[in-house]
Amino acid sequence: MSMLKIEDIHVYYGAIHAIKGVSFEVNEGEIVALIGANGAGKSTILKTISGLMHPRQGTINFCGENITHTEACKLLPKGLAQVPEGRRIFLQMTVQENLEMGAFIKKTVNPDDLDMVFQYFPRLQERRKQVAGTLSGGEQQMLAMSRALMSHPKLMMLDEPSMGLAPILVDQIFDIIKELHKAGTTILLVEQNARKALQIADRAYVLETGKITLSGTGAELAKSDEVRKAYLGG
Amino acid sequence: MNILQYLINGISIGSVYAIIALGYTMVYGIAKMLNFAHGDVIMVGAYICYCVTVYLGLPVLAGVLLSMVVCTVLGITIEGLAYKPLRGTPSLAVLITAIGVSYFLQNAAQLIWSSNPKSFTSIVSNMKPLHLFGSLTITGEVIVTVAVSVVIMIGLTWFTSSTRIGKSMRAVSEDRDAAQLMGINVNRTISITFAIGSALAAVAGVLMCSSIPVLMPTTGSMPGIRAFTAAVFGGIGSIPGAMLGGILLGIIETFAKAYLSTQFSDAIVFGVLIIILLVKPAGLLGKQVQEKV
Repeated sequence: MSMLKIEDIHVYYGAIHAIKGVSFEVNEGEIVALIGANGAGKSTILKTISGLMHPRQGTINFCGENITHTEACKLLPKGLAQVPEGRRIFLQMTVQENLEMGAFIKKTVNPDDLDMVFQYFPRLQERRKQVAGTLSGGEQQMLAMSRALMSHPKLMMLDEPSMGLAPILVDQIFDIIKELHKAGTTILLVEQNARKALQIADRAYVLETGKITLSGTGAELAKSDEVRKAYLGG
Repeated sequence: MNILQYLINGISIGSVYAIIALGYTMVYGIAKMLNFAHGDVIMVGAYICYCVTVYLGLPVLAGVLLSMVVCTVLGITIEGLAYKPLRGTPSLAVLITAIGVSYFLQNAAQLIWSSNPKSFTSIVSNMKPLHLFGSLTITGEVIVTVAVSVVIMIGLTWFTSSTRIGKSMRAVSEDRDAAQLMGINVNRTISITFAIGSALAAVAGVLMCSSIPVLMPTTGSMPGIRAFTAAVFGGIGSIPGAMLGGILLGIIETFAKAYLSTQFSDAIVFGVLIIILLVKPAGLLGKQVQEKV
């Protein structure tokens, strides 16, 4: 069953036509990757799904509900969470407070939820009282993911989780994405690191300058000549 | 002993500036705009208290509470009608609108209450001044002003550091988009901020007119500008900064008036501000967070 269905969306920045009729879907229980070069429009699509931007044309359905023009702050309660590009954690707040903000829609913070995220990321437990701005890049990415997990989303959208991280940390982050997926979270992953993304994705779409040019299973795309030339270094 | 007397008076007027500056700094931190009508909300608050106590003959406490209620509603209304439609437009448009709202409030006050100054009765008129060491006088106004501002500062610090709504305000102030992704309603948070800032402005208006009992439609504009200066001085966006900036500004102003020149006191205050900003561009407690990549 399709959990997220995007049909022919067109998104503009002023006069610039950034997304030119993109359609794709994410089924329940899948990991779907959206890969493409810098500036292809990957982040714009995520921002449009999460309501920070709105399409001029086209529709977005989530769990059978039309959310095309829903305000961003109303989507998390429906089970749609986003880990934004560049992490966007609250740098002046403590780790604990960041997690509390992740559970904002729940009114009170459930200690079990804190235990859950600390199980995925034990480092954060040690740094609980520390101001988030003092964390390393990898820890900040962990915090951004934990913050999104606090509300138990049905669909988690991750925007460039590997950006700026050392290869060993990238491996760790991807392992945890796989774990989250096993635990029942559907994942939409946006990545420039196409090799990594295609390894874990059930299905993937290739985005080029605002249009989807290829789609298929992760394995199919990893073998395709076009993808190998353009994104996997031959 | 004179120095001590000036210091006490400076802290007292500085406390009023601090309360006003809190309104500027919170609105700037969360809505990213300078609400230049904030000073005029102070004036409205003082007029409401005046009307309730003089025309209706109700007790002072009722006057203060009613003026807080009226100013809260006024603040939310101004934000909803004048500023909210401009969200996402260049900040200059919002700034000019704020100046327009400021004049609107002054002119409306002139229509309602005329431009003749009213003589405001102090809310602590029946409290005897304290005399210490013979020459030192601490008036009831000073005691109440300082006590109220201490309570407000502690209350606001607790609110922003320990409550769910207070923390969400800090989140919005730091990153509006990320806050929305947490399910925080930014529009509602901005309204709450205006409500708190305007209620504080009402308190500031009543306290200020108790110390300086002349009430006119322009009463709020100069203290408003001084308090804005105090907010920048302490680091705009920072709550402790607004408190520190307000009190320091009051002390500098009082000493400048006492020892240098009454006429030039404002020039001296702004001169000090310029020097501080040259050394610390973000203000005394301004946020200079380094982002890790």
